[in-house]
Amino acid sequence: MWKVLAIDPVKCTGCLQCEMACSIENYGVIATSKSRIKVFNFEHEGRKVPYTCTQCAEAWCLHACPVDAIRLDQGTGAKVVDEGTCVGCKVCTIACPFGTINYVQETGKVQKCDLCGGDPACAAACPTGAITYVEADWAGLNKMQQWAAKTAAAVLA
Amino acid sequence: MGYANRILRVNLTTGTCQAEPLNEKWAQLYLGSRGLASRYLVAEVDPKVDPLSPENKLIFATGPLTGTIASTGGRYTVVTKGPLTGAIACSNSGGFFGAELKFAGWDMIIFEGRAEKPVYLYVEDDQAELRDASELWGKSVWETEEWIKAKHQDPLIRVSSIGRAGENQVLFSCIVNDLHRAAGRSGVGAVMGSKHLKAVAVRGTKGVKVKDLKRFLEATNAAKQVLAINPVTSQGLPKYGTQVLMNVINEVGALPTRNMREVQFEGADAISGEAMHRPRPSDGKPQLVTNAACFGCTIACGRISKIDKNHFTVKNSPKYWGASGGLEYEAAWALGADTGVDDLEALQYANLLCNEQGMDPISFGSTVAAVMELYERGVLTAEQIGFPAPFGSAEALTKLAELTANGEGFGRDVGLGSKRLCEKYGHPELSMTVKGQEFPAYDPRGIQGMGLAYATSNRGACHLRGYTVASEILGIPEKTDPLTTEGKPELVKAFQDATGAFDSAGICVFTSFAWTVADIAPQLNAAIPGEWTPERLLEVGERVWNLERWFNTRAGFSAKDDTLPKRLLEEPASTGPAKGMVNRLGEMLPKYYEVRGWTADGVPKPETLARLGVDV
Repeated sequence: MWKVLAIDPVKCTGCLQCEMACSIENYGVIATSKSRIKVFNFEHEGRKVPYTCTQCAEAWCLHACPVDAIRLDQGTGAKVVDEGTCVGCKVCTIACPFGTINYVQETGKVQKCDLCGGDPACAAACPTGAITYVEADWAGLNKMQQWAAKTAAAVLA
Repeated sequence: MGYANRILRVNLTTGTCQAEPLNEKWAQLYLGSRGLASRYLVAEVDPKVDPLSPENKLIFATGPLTGTIASTGGRYTVVTKGPLTGAIACSNSGGFFGAELKFAGWDMIIFEGRAEKPVYLYVEDDQAELRDASELWGKSVWETEEWIKAKHQDPLIRVSSIGRAGENQVLFSCIVNDLHRAAGRSGVGAVMGSKHLKAVAVRGTKGVKVKDLKRFLEATNAAKQVLAINPVTSQGLPKYGTQVLMNVINEVGALPTRNMREVQFEGADAISGEAMHRPRPSDGKPQLVTNAACFGCTIACGRISKIDKNHFTVKNSPKYWGASGGLEYEAAWALGADTGVDDLEALQYANLLCNEQGMDPISFGSTVAAVMELYERGVLTAEQIGFPAPFGSAEALTKLAELTANGEGFGRDVGLGSKRLCEKYGHPELSMTVKGQEFPAYDPRGIQGMGLAYATSNRGACHLRGYTVASEILGIPEKTDPLTTEGKPELVKAFQDATGAFDSAGICVFTSFAWTVADIAPQLNAAIPGEWTPERLLEVGERVWNLERWFNTRAGFSAKDDTLPKRLLEEPASTGPAKGMVNRLGEMLPKYYEVRGWTADGVPKPETLARLGVDV
């Protein structure tokens, strides 16, 4: 069964542990600039929001790639860039509506989240549970449970 | 490994930027950040130099764990000779700037000389150059950050800058990064202003490598776990920030109130961390919006607040309505209890101004407290100040914040700091300072060890050089009686030495609520060359302490400066558990010199320096 990254911005403190974990996993170096997950700081609202690829079922990037370098990982559902095939044309970066696939000057290829092969480093590194790795069909389960608790409290009060 | 092994030397007089290899021998002795930068300062700056002259240098330094995945590994330090004190100044800041500097491949930047016209330093990985900042001079910290990001079309640049307070050489002006994190104390911003250096802007994409990545992840994960199960670092600090202390310290009778005349504040609860969570009558919302972390921090004590739009201070100023840095304990105390003001929104407004224009809220609030006492005694009049300034006046507090930040009217006197201001008006005894620096939020009549910690702090009165509050009040690592002096010299030394190690590693001293040096050693061992043991780390701390003391001794400080204001030594606490007590510094100081290996005059003995390898 596939899983997805579930992101809860309310829990995010903006510490960037996820970005560091991502760069370590993929490049063996601690460098937030190389991370495939980004935490955005909406300063004046006091909100921090982690954002990365949601692994679309019908992925724009995958369909747009002229050399079929983006492939489905059957085990995880991730859309994965095959660096050996990628020619760095960047058409996928235009096709993706979310901006979550990006070109890397250093390698001349594009990079995107590949769910770390099924054990995402960002989720493991997050100290507050703002990023979790949950069943794809039930990403809303936690929220449902919270609302269920509230409802129960209201009904039983 | 851990280190970038490279420092950047910027000569502002000639406009040159040069790379130099890091002195690795010193790195093994002084670790990084506070310790290593102090070693460079001692080597390069005459302790007798005028702090605001071109001969002084200004060092921005990261530590070996800065920019790593170690929890709280985002700290950097600004080291210089401080204009407020004339002693070595060392101000530590969090946020994201320090990590970015390391990511760009630099351990440290040393600024020397003075630019003819305002400049800012722009660093993009290996490239470093001085740029014209004429357009920036006169702008706030917030405007400067926005301007630089727009100019370079890069929202990911991290900026550390001074506001108008630093430009105007307010003697307690600070250097602010990431909008509201500050190298706050001792007036390091004034040194930056004196050099006509408006900002340092950094973009780093190279990243940090460590000696043994697998071992490093194991060590940092284990250390994070220690923070995650400790009640202070996992619950108290995230929920209330350092403001968790307001009611606690008030209850133990150690909350300095109204220029330290009293030790308990009747308005403490109204300005506490708990109050920041309470919905306001005016708009039904609490002041606190959320907590926030600095780079890599798994504690996240930072406060993000929204001021009440209807408050008299901001109702016509929408620029203050958004979320921004909220009140920390020290700020809430200095702006609040010490001035007798219990209006949480007024405190937040003064706090915003401190962030916006780069002022230390501790020294500012404490100086206002002295002004208020001078006003109440009739030494200062409403005509001189421009308005009445009794204790408890939110109007006076916030008006003085505006005037001081902008260098206008009576604000110019406030910008001198409490010591010079009280001397100017003939009442030096009303300045609550040590070595010219204002006290933080712990009254040493109710916490005896803190009296010794303040008196001997190398940067003047300060809670972050030897936080015996942890032991005396909170019981960390073990409880001692706050009202006795017995054992305090040893306790103060132990805290001072450990803090030196924490500060020099590039991590936040707040980890020490849960960590000891034994939690740092494995992280360093996996990150940098050398074998690091808890003992060696404490020795680093002791070495740093003695090095700083050596600088101060040569700058002209001696045992007579290791003292407290008369008020704390002679006027007993009037309420609370310490009622009837003064600080008994005299019972602790001689023993302290002895355990330090210093002479009875407080000078490090040659054999002590030799034992520690202080190679000056």
